[in-house]
Amino acid sequence: MIDYYFTEEHNMFRESLKTFLQKEVVPNIDQWEEDRRIPRSVWKKMGEQGFLGLSYPEKYGGLELDFFFDVVFCEETSKVFSGGFAITQTVTQYMSSTYIAKYGTEALKQKYLPGVISGDLIASIGITEPTAGSDAANIKTTATLEGDYYVVNGSKTFITNGVYGDFIVTVVKTDPKAGPAGVSLLVIDRNAEGVSASKLKKLGWHASDTAELAFDHVKVPKENLIGQEGRGFYYLMGGLQLERLVGAVMGYAGCESAMEYTLQYMSEREAFGRSINKFQVLRHRMAQLATEIESCKQFVLYCSRLHNDNKYAVKECSMAKLLASELSDKVMYQCLQMFGGYGFMEEYKMARMYRDTRVGTIGGGSSEIMREIIAKMIIDDVSYQSASSNSETPSTNGEINLDKILDQIKQRAEAASPIGNTLKFDFGKEQLYIDGTADKNVVSTENKEAACLVESSFEDFLALTKGELNPMGAVMSGKVKIKGDMSVAMKLQSLFN
Amino acid sequence: MYHNIAIHRALYASDEHQMVRQALIDFLKKEAIPHQEKWEKEKCAPKAFWRKMGEQGFLCMDIPQEYGGGGFDFSFNAMVLEESRRLGIDFGQAVHSDIVAPYILRYGTEAQKQHYLPKMVTGELIGCIGMTEPSAGSDLKSLKTTALDMGDYYLVNGSKTFITNGYVADFVCCAVRTDVGISLLLMDKELEGFTTGQPFDKIGIKYQDTCELFFEDVKVPKDNLLGEEGMGFKYMMADLPRERIGIAVESLGSAIGVLEKTLQYVTERKAFGRSIADFQNTQFKLADCAAEVQVYQAFLDRCIELQMQHQLSTEQASIAKLKATEMHGKLVDECLQLFGGYGFIWEYDVAKAFAGARVSRIYGGTSEIMKLIISRGLFKEFYRAKQKELAFQSNTNTQLNK
Repeated sequence: MIDYYFTEEHNMFRESLKTFLQKEVVPNIDQWEEDRRIPRSVWKKMGEQGFLGLSYPEKYGGLELDFFFDVVFCEETSKVFSGGFAITQTVTQYMSSTYIAKYGTEALKQKYLPGVISGDLIASIGITEPTAGSDAANIKTTATLEGDYYVVNGSKTFITNGVYGDFIVTVVKTDPKAGPAGVSLLVIDRNAEGVSASKLKKLGWHASDTAELAFDHVKVPKENLIGQEGRGFYYLMGGLQLERLVGAVMGYAGCESAMEYTLQYMSEREAFGRSINKFQVLRHRMAQLATEIESCKQFVLYCSRLHNDNKYAVKECSMAKLLASELSDKVMYQCLQMFGGYGFMEEYKMARMYRDTRVGTIGGGSSEIMREIIAKMIIDDVSYQSASSNSETPSTNGEINLDKILDQIKQRAEAASPIGNTLKFDFGKEQLYIDGTADKNVVSTENKEAACLVESSFEDFLALTKGELNPMGAVMSGKVKIKGDMSVAMKLQSLFN
Repeated sequence: MYHNIAIHRALYASDEHQMVRQALIDFLKKEAIPHQEKWEKEKCAPKAFWRKMGEQGFLCMDIPQEYGGGGFDFSFNAMVLEESRRLGIDFGQAVHSDIVAPYILRYGTEAQKQHYLPKMVTGELIGCIGMTEPSAGSDLKSLKTTALDMGDYYLVNGSKTFITNGYVADFVCCAVRTDVGISLLLMDKELEGFTTGQPFDKIGIKYQDTCELFFEDVKVPKDNLLGEEGMGFKYMMADLPRERIGIAVESLGSAIGVLEKTLQYVTERKAFGRSIADFQNTQFKLADCAAEVQVYQAFLDRCIELQMQHQLSTEQASIAKLKATEMHGKLVDECLQLFGGYGFIWEYDVAKAFAGARVSRIYGGTSEIMKLIISRGLFKEFYRAKQKELAFQSNTNTQLNK
């Protein structure tokens, strides 16, 4: 097949990584699976060879390569018959340290990135909590600023690398009352006082350690805040695209590995006097799987290109993760069937691949969440904006903006005929209250009960005031939600025209 | 939940059924469920547990009273299988009670019956069946273990693999190749040259021990031949419907158990400010699961009735096994998804059920073999007619040539 994505350089990198994995990882992987632990020495060796931090800046030890080197990395580490091996490093490189690289201060970068790139540091991302998995805005772990420190209390669960890792990019609530706008990211050292972990026993991914973490009055230096307070949720939304893309690459790469392994077995195994790769039903089944894997792979590579070109491709990345992880379950299930009784025995790698794949449609946003995102985009016309990596850019959600345009809104509302009732706009963190019961509309930022409540993002509200968004259309598409007296909302049109 | 909308099950409605079911539930909750973790580590449910099952009368329930059994009908055996799996308990009782014991009852000499059956009922003797070999699984006819006729005894050489209960068992009902074809031998573990491998590490059903058996110049007394020499393949084929309906029933039991636990979980678990049972996706997924379980429950209950009358055909049993095990696999997968990350954690029953379910499409004849059997049944007449036609043609040709 003609290759549109990988150049000679990528292929050379692939060969050297493959050689390394065959020599240093594959012969030991069964032992590590049994030990439920991977020795740190292998990460050090990978760091020395320059396999880590491929796209990170040179000044921290990285190579500043394009994203397709990362794709090669994710593909090849997913082909050593151990999902647990692949996930340890993909979490470190693409799902946790990335937030420091993208939004962290220079000091934070200096502190953590060189270790991540040399293989000395293993990182975790702490999002999920016992009562909040998919529903990340609803987390309960709090970080209270006390002088130079945040004091963190709460717990996290299903945290990859949480037992043996070195630091956790932790999602905390710095303002517990503010919903998504109260979420921040903190770097917490794994061995900080008050952090404790218990190791979870899992269906698969045995080589990788997964922890339930408890934070009991953990003092975290103020400097460990990533980016701005209250912006954590937006950083996450951006970072999760990469996490999902990496999940998708791991998905199809695992499929390719299983196919190769299964086809080999089918050529050797005999039944009814011939090798089982001669039976029509089995041949067709493998042909079908090969077709699905190849089409999935090409789509994921297309998404990788979007990512490489800095396109914020929420829909595509969600689709890629959904498609590849679901396909992987199917491929492993059907490949295992080819092995008959041997497929159920741990002695064969197929058994492990089957166990390992099952978490793919759960971790990093479950298939249900992927479908939710895609449905919102294709049905409700919701669009997602990327969180800016430049921490100097004022928040579009900040008070500065509301202050700036408040006068403008006041003028306009006062000019319009009174709405005859009370109306409140709710932007999550801020409110705009219009009292039109007297002879003119009075505008304030008080948070009072109103007869009609209008919820929208601040961006959408701005678009409304500028006439870029049609009020009725915004309500229909779900961008603006109205609660209470609908008749008041009908007068929105008059306010904005 | 679920049972409130399901069709009443006449098959298990008698007081006797209900008493046995309740006694079994109480017993397993006390004697099995709390010990699973330990058994998993040991890769085997201990003999002492088998004895307790036997003492309570839950093993070989349909063995006649003259051989120490309860003399119940097959529906009791089926109920024990379903209920055990509903509670997530999975050890090799089906092989013992529903494969080995019926073989001995049907084909054994009086002496063999007197020797084995009463002790199988009490759990003092545990049986296993030796069919699969490293190079012959689905393709049973090509098995290689040989039994040479040495006059007074058979000299057995070869090996067996994936033998459920192979480790804990006291004897194996073993398929071997003799001069006249495949025969069944009852081989006690104590025989010299008969060794057992360590239990395999498996994806799931971790305390249903599975291992290899090795035979090196094992001398088996002639008295231990089960039935007639050379009839082994026929015997095995004749009894496979019972084995397969048993597997189908176990899949159903596990599916019901997982469905019940999932229904419970989704009403308790909250996300986005409401319980996940409030989401339409959850509701529809579980409606689908409940509908599947109901359909298979009704179908399998009918199959059990047929089996009780010895009228369940091999095709019908294959259909039951094929479809019930596929439903089982699909259902536990869907339900695990609703548990989110917890579904991947081993201490959750749904993780164990998911892992265990995978082999139900493999053992007792793979889904592919089930399809082979069903399709052979479908085309039986077609090929018979074709053969006749060919015979007629060759006949005419010979006559013409004359």
